[in-house]
Amino acid sequence: MNGPSIKSIIKTTKETKDVKTFLFEYPGEIAPGQFFMIWIPSIDEIPMSASCINKNIKGITFRKVGEATNALFNLKEGDKIGVRGPYGNGFELKGKKILFVGGGAGVAMIAPAVEEAVRKNISSTVIIGVKNKSEIFFEDRFKKCGAEIYISTDDGSKGYKGFASDLTKELLSKEKFTSVLTCGPEIMMKKLLNICKNIPFQASLERYMKCGIGLCGQCCMGEGLRVCKEGPVFDGKMLKNFEDFGVYKRDAAGRKVRV
Amino acid sequence: MDEDAGSMKRVVNCGAGAVVTKSIGLKSRGGYANPTIVELEYGILNAMGLPNPGINEFGEEIKKLKRLNAPIIGSIFGSSSKEFVELGKKMQSYGANALELNMSCPHAKGYGLEIGSDPKLVKEITSKVKESIEVPIFVKLSSNVANLGEIAKAAEKGNADGIVAINTIKAMKIDIELKIPVLANKIGGYSGKAIKPIGVRCVYEIAENVDIPIIGVGGVTTGEDALEYIMAGASAVQIGTGIYYRELDVFKKVCKEMENWMKKHSVKKLSELIGAAHL
Repeated sequence: MNGPSIKSIIKTTKETKDVKTFLFEYPGEIAPGQFFMIWIPSIDEIPMSASCINKNIKGITFRKVGEATNALFNLKEGDKIGVRGPYGNGFELKGKKILFVGGGAGVAMIAPAVEEAVRKNISSTVIIGVKNKSEIFFEDRFKKCGAEIYISTDDGSKGYKGFASDLTKELLSKEKFTSVLTCGPEIMMKKLLNICKNIPFQASLERYMKCGIGLCGQCCMGEGLRVCKEGPVFDGKMLKNFEDFGVYKRDAAGRKVRV
Repeated sequence: MDEDAGSMKRVVNCGAGAVVTKSIGLKSRGGYANPTIVELEYGILNAMGLPNPGINEFGEEIKKLKRLNAPIIGSIFGSSSKEFVELGKKMQSYGANALELNMSCPHAKGYGLEIGSDPKLVKEITSKVKESIEVPIFVKLSSNVANLGEIAKAAEKGNADGIVAINTIKAMKIDIELKIPVLANKIGGYSGKAIKPIGVRCVYEIAENVDIPIIGVGGVTTGEDALEYIMAGASAVQIGTGIYYRELDVFKKVCKEMENWMKKHSVKKLSELIGAAHL
């Protein structure tokens, strides 16, 4: 049984003008890349990857983009949310040198994976890809944990001017990485998949979810692979077989819409 | 599962002998807001709200399954016989091998159970659909009625080729910390292990009332569960929530367990057991 358990938000942090982190008590093991179903009472329930993983405290970091995340954004310390999970598979952290590419709010779920990789003595490099410097968050957190950091901004307001995928291409031509792990806009991840060719690749996908436990089929990709169960992290081999990856997703009714 | 071609293919690869599609209506429906599901100690509570892309768009998914090694049972829901007929014709033209008429969804206004609790409507819809299509039709009934035998008879009189029972059972979960129902729709349908004895009773009761085959549904998780339904009078069983308890290859596991039981009890043909519990 894993019904939503009601948790008080014990700390909120405003990371940027539209990104916040909430911490809540939630004991138990979680692999970086796994997600929770977060219930905003009377509004909605949405999947959200863990952005902070400690023994008893877990956290989520999100951008306000719609009705549910707007309502969540307005909650304060002491307010209650429902939490169930963790669900899904998480990243596989192995090799000598990993390049992490976080695009936009995707940076949030990359963070615990980077910290875990560093703990495992894996040399870790992070690209934070955003539109402009006001959208950067977790930069200090990555520095503190000992990862090497690059920043790309579309407008050049900080770091590399251009897309995270272009910066990745440059880095890959100069250094050898044993794998590339990413989370961000699907178009970016699709570009990365193509750039990485034979380098082992993992990407965390996002799909509209209803049950989160592998029953409803709402989030299926390819031949019945459930983002909530066999995902959300898929490797390059699988992604190449998903004709919908980077092309379309399904809305609440199950209709195909462009990514 | 069973909302798209890929997932139906996978379910068949996992040992299912046939697939029932998501229930499809004339127009696309997003269904209810989340939470649409609650995991409970003895079962799963859901109120999806009949989400589906609409029959026209769904056709594409079925057409992709031409070479599937198992029959496809197209599930449809409508609010009148006219709607059911239109949906049935389309499902058949896309290649569905049989139809399941959903007259039992417990939480969708104007559909499902609101139709399936009226014997006259059940008979009318069943016979109208039967007259206009060639593939076999099964009528899916609910346990949430007082006159189940009468309703099953109505489906038989409407010339249904079989009856499917049961759908989920009306239920609710309240979160006592927040003092509100968890489901956005408040009321949902209960499935899984907890409802098996109710499903078995319903199949038994239906078998006493009709001569057409019955497909048993509700909490089938093991081969033993399936055998119980068969002894109550079912000729086949459906599995949904069982995937939650035993992963997608629950279909293979259940078949293997039935085989083992039959060997142990020297039963050669499963058909010998159909309705065995009726004296």
